[in-house]
Amino acid sequence: MSGILILEQSLNGLQFGLMLFLLAAGLTLVFGIMDMINLAHGSIYMVGAFLAATLVQATGSFTAGVLLAVPATAVIGMLLEVSILRSLYTRDHLSQVLATFALILISNEVVRIIWGSDVALSTPAALSGPVELIPGLFYPSYRLLIIGVGLAVALLLYFIVAKTRIGMLVRAGASNREMATAMGVNIKLLFTLVFGFGAALCAVAGAMLGPIFAVQVGMGDNILILAFVVIVIGGIGSIRGALIGSVLVGFVDTFGRAFMPHLLREFLPPQFASAVGPALASILIYVLMAAVLFWKPQGLFPARG
Amino acid sequence: MMQRAATIALLLAAIAFPLAMQALDQAYYISFASRIMIYALAATSLNLILGYGGMISFGHAAFVGAGTYVAGIMIVEGMPGALIGWPLAMLLPGLLALAIGAVSLRTRGVYFIMITLAFAQMIYYLTVSMKAYGGEEGLTLPGRSTLPFVDLANDSNFYYTVLALLVLTLLLLNRLVSSRFGRVIEAIRENETRMEAIGFPTQRYKLACFVIAGAFGGLAGALLANHGSYVNPSILHWTQSGNLMIMVILGGVGFRYGGLIGALTLLGLEEFIANHKIGWIADLYPNYQQHSLLGVGIVLLVIVLYAPQGIAGLFLRNKQGGGHG
Repeated sequence: MSGILILEQSLNGLQFGLMLFLLAAGLTLVFGIMDMINLAHGSIYMVGAFLAATLVQATGSFTAGVLLAVPATAVIGMLLEVSILRSLYTRDHLSQVLATFALILISNEVVRIIWGSDVALSTPAALSGPVELIPGLFYPSYRLLIIGVGLAVALLLYFIVAKTRIGMLVRAGASNREMATAMGVNIKLLFTLVFGFGAALCAVAGAMLGPIFAVQVGMGDNILILAFVVIVIGGIGSIRGALIGSVLVGFVDTFGRAFMPHLLREFLPPQFASAVGPALASILIYVLMAAVLFWKPQGLFPARG
Repeated sequence: MMQRAATIALLLAAIAFPLAMQALDQAYYISFASRIMIYALAATSLNLILGYGGMISFGHAAFVGAGTYVAGIMIVEGMPGALIGWPLAMLLPGLLALAIGAVSLRTRGVYFIMITLAFAQMIYYLTVSMKAYGGEEGLTLPGRSTLPFVDLANDSNFYYTVLALLVLTLLLLNRLVSSRFGRVIEAIRENETRMEAIGFPTQRYKLACFVIAGAFGGLAGALLANHGSYVNPSILHWTQSGNLMIMVILGGVGFRYGGLIGALTLLGLEEFIANHKIGWIADLYPNYQQHSLLGVGIVLLVIVLYAPQGIAGLFLRNKQGGGHG
């Protein structure tokens, strides 16, 4: 285990964590303010990636395509909120889980009908090569871009939530919805906006991760579960919790995958270690989540006082 | 009285079904009906905790999946006897449910949903890692389990075995639900604090209920492994837990035959869309049959939004006056 390898894996963990944060931020606000489990969040991520791929192809420019896909996805998200999800806020969690599960089935098939099972989205040519960060560490420049975008969005989000009036309303809604409504906050409008913003973040994540993972039907199904793990660990409704949870999950997952087989080889027969290692690495984050729920049932940073 | 007559008529129809299908040369539907009954068994076991217990478990596929692996591994390892294999496929998932339930039931509401999901994911990745048993690809079984006197390789025999187990399970669980235990479980769903105050060990009751559901989920899994003669991790994917929940809510949460009605509706709907071309839709979109899940999704969404009591709820509403609601 050399220092360079650890540094490289740290960057990978940070990159994955920041993208998870983009998904988790929208999810945790929806969950925190409206007490709504939205499984369709992963579908919005998928739609965002497909839109980005199409628009990148149409415009011939990665930047232009992504910048167009983000507002387009936000609009789709807001339409979804106004037409269907809004009527689920007052329903129990079971109904929310099922209705949004139905939305997953529907959106998977609709995407398949419109685009087919997958579309191509490749890294922009200018960023396809690696850069030498320190002597001996070559890192793909596109992944550095992802880290940059992730950090920028996280900062922007922090600024909006912590420093602006609308952010104050969002925080008020997350910590006590009834009180916020009683104080005259138009929670309906606020929520449509939050939902659209969450959808926009999904599109950013989908577009940025598209070239790394594949842009395909069902791409949101697994990452959605990771986003839920993040917000449960971080504390539902808390942006700060989502950020710390994301980075934690990103690091644990990346390091688990990279080093678990080596670690196991130290005290287990090598054949067994290489078989069990990857599985244990995949399980690690769920163990982390179960442990957090066991000892801190409200998550690490509960939003409700 | 009416209900009893209807049940007996349904049972007779189910017994006659394979004979009729053989006469019509439609043997495929015998196997299809077996699949529906197996999922009905799985959904019924989930309905016990979801409907009667009010515990929204998002990880039931773990128990069903554990059952498939226990039954499948027994067959592969040369111990195909169903009389040992199937009880074992209930015992081990039951124990798994004991362990998962003991931790999960300490949490409430949305956290319970998430922690059951997390545990199911762990089991999923465990099965993916079992390289000796096919890993991600899974296992193709050399044959079905064996029973004395009954050749399960024959689809009709297998059908009757599944039917018998389903009927037995339904009788048993119905008995359980109307017993003192079942009343306590329902009362805990309505008001846990009060039940605790009266002096019921609510955690233990809920855990017992969770374990029973896990064990019967395992039984469904054992049958499922036998049905298709294969075992693979996709049976444990979280979307399968979602599918089982869909069946329960389609059929009717907390209704005795909710699981059965739900499995019949969901699988029947998928089958119908995939195998029966409807002219006017085909005119609009020729390949629509490849997208049967779209239809399933729309039906589910409409049911959740407009008929929250499920299909059983639509028919029983007048009779029971929402007493089960």
